[in-house]
Amino acid sequence: MLKSSVERVAEATPHAIAKRMHGLSDRALAWLFVAPSIVLLLAVNIFPLIWTIRLSFTNFRVNRPNAEVEFVGLKNYLNILSDRDIWLTMQATAHFLIWTIVLQVLIGFSLAYLINKKFRGNDLWTTIIVLPMMLSPAVVGNFWTFLYQPQIGLFNYAVGFLTGADPSSFSMIGDVSLAPWAIVIVDTWMWTPFVMLICLAGLRSIPPSIYEAAECDRASKWRQFWTITIPLVLPFLMLAVLFRGIENFKMFDLVVQLTGGGPGSITELTSINLKREAFEKWRTGYASAYAVILFVTVFGLASIYVKALNKVKQR
Amino acid sequence: MSYSVTEPSLRQKWFAGSLVVLYALITILPLVWIIATSFKTPADAIAYPPKTFFTPTVEGYVNVFTTRTRLSPEQLQALGEPTTWYDKLVRKDGLVISGPSRFSERFTNSVIIGFGSTVLCIVLGTAAAYAFSRFKVPLKDDLLFFILSTRMMPPIAVAIPIFLMFRSLGLSDTHAGMILLYTAVNLSLSVWLLKGFIDEIPIEYEEAALIDGYTRFQAFYKVVLPQAATGIASTAIFCLIFAWNEYAFAVLLTSGNAQTAPPFIPTIIGVSGQDWPAVAAGATLFLVPVMVFTILLRKHLLRGITFGAVRK
Repeated sequence: MLKSSVERVAEATPHAIAKRMHGLSDRALAWLFVAPSIVLLLAVNIFPLIWTIRLSFTNFRVNRPNAEVEFVGLKNYLNILSDRDIWLTMQATAHFLIWTIVLQVLIGFSLAYLINKKFRGNDLWTTIIVLPMMLSPAVVGNFWTFLYQPQIGLFNYAVGFLTGADPSSFSMIGDVSLAPWAIVIVDTWMWTPFVMLICLAGLRSIPPSIYEAAECDRASKWRQFWTITIPLVLPFLMLAVLFRGIENFKMFDLVVQLTGGGPGSITELTSINLKREAFEKWRTGYASAYAVILFVTVFGLASIYVKALNKVKQR
Repeated sequence: MSYSVTEPSLRQKWFAGSLVVLYALITILPLVWIIATSFKTPADAIAYPPKTFFTPTVEGYVNVFTTRTRLSPEQLQALGEPTTWYDKLVRKDGLVISGPSRFSERFTNSVIIGFGSTVLCIVLGTAAAYAFSRFKVPLKDDLLFFILSTRMMPPIAVAIPIFLMFRSLGLSDTHAGMILLYTAVNLSLSVWLLKGFIDEIPIEYEEAALIDGYTRFQAFYKVVLPQAATGIASTAIFCLIFAWNEYAFAVLLTSGNAQTAPPFIPTIIGVSGQDWPAVAAGATLFLVPVMVFTILLRKHLLRGITFGAVRK
């Protein structure tokens, strides 16, 4: 498939232009320029993907290289889909996904709306808000465990200061009912700026003339907000949700450092669960099937979502 | 524009400004806290209530670069006077420096792998982006979507076969292996961003160069590249920051030789339990360069953050 597409690249370049030039022809240049990237992606992404799919039908285990590899058909897939623990993992992921997106959209859009009021020094403050998302999630997540310490942690102290609760009376990452929120808080802190920046780009893309026209028609500010601002920012907002959704579905580094999936397995998101199956229990075949299911889920959801997004854009 | 109905009033600006500033101050508090903790003594770091004012010390930084052993007072006395300032610093806790830690090694690995993969990624990405932007590539949209879709894979999902592949190729736990891997991961971002930047360079410049007798490659090299310099620089910073921050592949595929700093920093432990100032010192050294970069280059970074999907 690759080769034929590259050949077509060459054919697509008009011969007259190619002849006019000396040195490398466009045909050779297109080859030379695209091929290395595609080859690298095939080697490091597609080849492993195919390998994963193949492994997913076997009972292969990396830690037992000499054991005979058997073809087990769809057994791995059936085992995963009927495993109650995996559905609990999916629930944890859904909780994380839904709440981070809701909070990030609400806070991110509000911030963008406020920043768009163009007060003095807004670009500097925007940059400061953006800082958390530029940092290493693993390193930052690890440090948040310190902020979340009962008694000595800054977070607990701040909550105690504001609500009057005893800072040592609760543990954000040690409590089964609080831990799912602990990861939502840190992810929201880290990634709200991303949603904010995309919303800001959306708000800035609205030409002022539309508001001026609405003002002439004596539309109230409230009505302008709902009939101009929201519909025009919506495609941008949906794009932000798509990116955040994909990223948080894959979420690993931040949460693994923050809670390690605990307490128990209450914050064990799919990626953490998958890592456990693949690199701790070494059930390679089983984990491969798991990985394929996850990939198909992300890809499927993303495709449906993109279709919806395009519809909104066309409107 | 002298007067516009769309211009917010002064009162609105004040209101919006103060809310944003409030949010910004809350959001950087954890980062300020990391930096502050790195200059505290272990006792100050775990004080209750949390200490805002304290006597700064560089103990955390000494600890992150060294390993220490606890000695009995008699043994310490037998050693004689400490010879260096950092010896002196740990000696008052009854400790003695027993050697360098692996932090500088891990940090160097981060630098080598980060810059190596960035350079490779920019070279491959610029070439591919130019081809996608200028030549009539059939299946262009499909190929571009394919490149983007490689980003949807959870890293753990591809890590299994990459682990096997690297092992059989002798690439596991090597700089070369990690550079190749990060290049592949970043390539999608790089191609998409750079294509956006190159699309904006008017094609007329190259046509003029071609008429002047340049070859297509010379036109690319001497006309397009200088024009795309800003775009290339901001893409490079993105690739660098991503490779710098990456954790999942690093923790799964490296153990000793090529391990980068993100998997290492959380494992920093003092002589007696978790040494938070040392962890904070490691984190500060690792995070502050990125913060400085972000603030200095803020104008150019905005577009990369939104993956080039949102054009200004």
